[in-house]
Amino acid sequence: MRLLNNLKSGDLATISGFNAIHTEPSLLQRLVALGFRTGKQIKVMRKASFNGPLHVRIGSTDIILRESEAKLIQISS
Amino acid sequence: MKRIALLGMPNTGKSTLFNRLSGASARVGNWPGITVDLMSAKILTGSHIAELVDLPGLYDLHGFSDDEQVVRHFLSSNEIDLACIVVNSTQIERQLSLALQIRSLDIPAILLLNMQDESKRAGVTIDVEKMAEKIQMPVVQISAKYAEGWAQMLHTIAETIEKNTKKVSAQEVASRLEVDSQIESEMLSIVQETVQIPATLNNETTDNIDKVLLHPWLGLPIFIGAVFLLFQFIFTVGAPLQDAMAWLFDVTRSSILEPLLATLPVWLNGLLLDGIYNGVSTVAAFVPIIVLFFLVMSMVEDSGYLSRAAFLMDAFMAKLGLDGRGFVMVLMGFGCNVPALMGTRVMRSRGMRLLTMLTIPLSLCSARLQIFIFMIAILFKPSQAAWVMFSLYMMSLFTIFLTAIIFKGRFKNSEPFILELPPYRFPTARQIWLRGWQEVKHFLERATKFIVLGVVMVWLLTNFPSNVPSASAQTYAGQIGTLFAPILDPIGIDTQLAIALIFGFVAKEIVVGSLAVIYGLQGDALMAQMAQNLDWVQGMSFMLFSLIYTPCLSTIATLKTESKSSGFMWLSIIWSLLLAWVVSFIFYQGARALGF
Repeated sequence: MRLLNNLKSGDLATISGFNAIHTEPSLLQRLVALGFRTGKQIKVMRKASFNGPLHVRIGSTDIILRESEAKLIQISS
Repeated sequence: MKRIALLGMPNTGKSTLFNRLSGASARVGNWPGITVDLMSAKILTGSHIAELVDLPGLYDLHGFSDDEQVVRHFLSSNEIDLACIVVNSTQIERQLSLALQIRSLDIPAILLLNMQDESKRAGVTIDVEKMAEKIQMPVVQISAKYAEGWAQMLHTIAETIEKNTKKVSAQEVASRLEVDSQIESEMLSIVQETVQIPATLNNETTDNIDKVLLHPWLGLPIFIGAVFLLFQFIFTVGAPLQDAMAWLFDVTRSSILEPLLATLPVWLNGLLLDGIYNGVSTVAAFVPIIVLFFLVMSMVEDSGYLSRAAFLMDAFMAKLGLDGRGFVMVLMGFGCNVPALMGTRVMRSRGMRLLTMLTIPLSLCSARLQIFIFMIAILFKPSQAAWVMFSLYMMSLFTIFLTAIIFKGRFKNSEPFILELPPYRFPTARQIWLRGWQEVKHFLERATKFIVLGVVMVWLLTNFPSNVPSASAQTYAGQIGTLFAPILDPIGIDTQLAIALIFGFVAKEIVVGSLAVIYGLQGDALMAQMAQNLDWVQGMSFMLFSLIYTPCLSTIATLKTESKSSGFMWLSIIWSLLLAWVVSFIFYQGARALGF
C-alpha cells in the first residue's frame, strides 16, 4: 500500500483511501472538507527542507500538511 | 430588526465582503450562547435596516474546532432571517457542502459565488440559474474585491428577506444540527450537472512566484530579507512624517495653546499642557508611522505570503513543540498581540494552543515599536537605527523560541498540521485604506481610554506632594522609584524610566507619553534632555525590558478569557517579567563589564 508521504516532488497520483484506523474522526472530516476524497487526483508540488511539510494540490486547492498526516492518505498511481 | 448572518469557509473573501457591506461602521458585540466577540454592522436592505453578523470562517458545520462550535452555538441560540453563504467560485466543487448543510437547517439562505474574477480567469463556468434551481436557493455571482454583482446581490438579499416571513426558531435549528445525511452525494450531483472545471486548474502566476519564494534553500533567506526591507521602508517613509507631526504639535502649543491658557491657575495649566497635551501629543506623533505599519502588515496578510511562511518555518517550529501556524500568529502579533491570541482558536489541541499563547505576548507589537523608534532616535545615529531595530525583532523571536523550548514539555500536543495555501492576491486600495482607518480609530479609542488617564496619573505622581520640586525624589513618583531601585538599579533603569515602565503595564502607548510628562518636555527638547540623562547601554536595557515584559492589560485579559485559566494568565505575566529582568540584567552587566 503506497502512502502520500512516499511520493516525490512533482509526482501525480490518485487518492485510494484513508488509513482510517489511525485517523481521528474530526481529522478525517477536515481532510474531506479540504477536498481529500477517494478517486481525486493529487499532485505533490514540493516538500519543505529538513523534513518539513508537503505542498500538495487537489483540483483547485493547494494544501500543506506534515508527513505524519500524509501517512494517513493511501494512493495509487 | 432583521438579522443576516455571513457564513463561509476560510479564504473565501468573507471579511472583504463584510467590510465592503458595512463600510467602516462595524462594531464588536456579544451574542447569546457564545463567549467570543463577533463583528456586526447595520446595513440597509431594501426598505429595512438589518443587522449583519460576520461569523467565523469554517470548513464544516459539524466540525470540532472552536470556530466551528462558535457558529453552531450561534445558530442554536440566535434566530436569523437570512444566511448569506459565501463560497470561493474557484473551489466550488468542495465548498458547496456548507451551503447544503445550511439548507438542511431550513434557514432562509442565499448563495454568493465570490471571486468571480478569479474563477473566470481560471476558466470555470457556472450555470447560475440551474444551480439555483437544484440547490433551491437564490444564487448570485459576485466579486467582493471589485464590487461586481453588487446591485443584484443587495436586491436578492432584500427580496429573500421580504419573502420569508416565518422564522425558524433557534431550537428547531439546534435539533436539526444533530442530523447529518446524504449531503455528500447531493453535492456531487449538483456540481456534475452545473459546473465545468478544467481538468487541471493552474494558476501560473502563483506557481511561478512559489517556485522562488518556496525554494528549498532560498525561501527562508528571501523571507527574512523581505521582512527586513519592509521594516526599512516603514522607517524611511515614516520617520520624517513623525518629525513633522512632532513639530506641528510643538508649534500648536507655543503659538496657540500657551497664550490661550495663560490665564488659568498654574496647576491647571500644568495639568493641561505639561500633563495631557505633552503626553498625548508625543504619542499621537506616532500615528502616521503606526498607520503605515498596519498598511504594510495588511498587504502582507492579504497577499497569501504568511501561509507560505508557515510552510517554510514548520519544520523548525515542530522542534519547538509548535507548528507553522504558530509562526504566523507571532508575525500577526507584530501588529497587535490581542488578535493574534484570538487567532489561536483554529488550533484544536489545548497543549499547542496554550504554548502558542505563551509565546505571542513576546512578539514586538506596534505599541512597543513606538517606544523603540523614540528611544533609538535619542540614543543612536540614523545609520545605526535600522540595525538596532532589526536586532530587537530578532531578540523578540529569540525569546519566543526560548520560551517554547522551555515550556514544550509542559504543553505536550499532537496537533495535526493541515493548512490551505491561498493563491497570491494583491489587496485593493480600498481594502488597504479601510484597514488604515480602523487603526486610527483603534488608536483614538485607546487614547481616550488609557493614554489620557495614564498621563494624568503620571503628572499627579510627579507633581505631588505640592511642597516639593516637581519630578524630584520627594514626589510620589520619586518615592515609588526609590522603592523599586533595588530591583531596577542592577539593570540600569533609573527612577524616571521606572515610572514609565510601571505605567507601561496598562498599555505600551503610555510609556512614551509618560516620559514626556515626567521630564515636563516634548519634541526635540525632550529628546535632547533624555540623551543627556541616559547612555545607550541603559537605553538598550530599558528597551529589552519593554520588549519582553507583559504588553498591556488587554493582552492579559485576552489571555485569561481565551485560556479560561487564571493560573495560565499568571504564568504568562510572571514568566515575562522574570525573563525581561534576566535578559536586561545579562545585557546591562555584560555591556558594563566589557567597558561600555
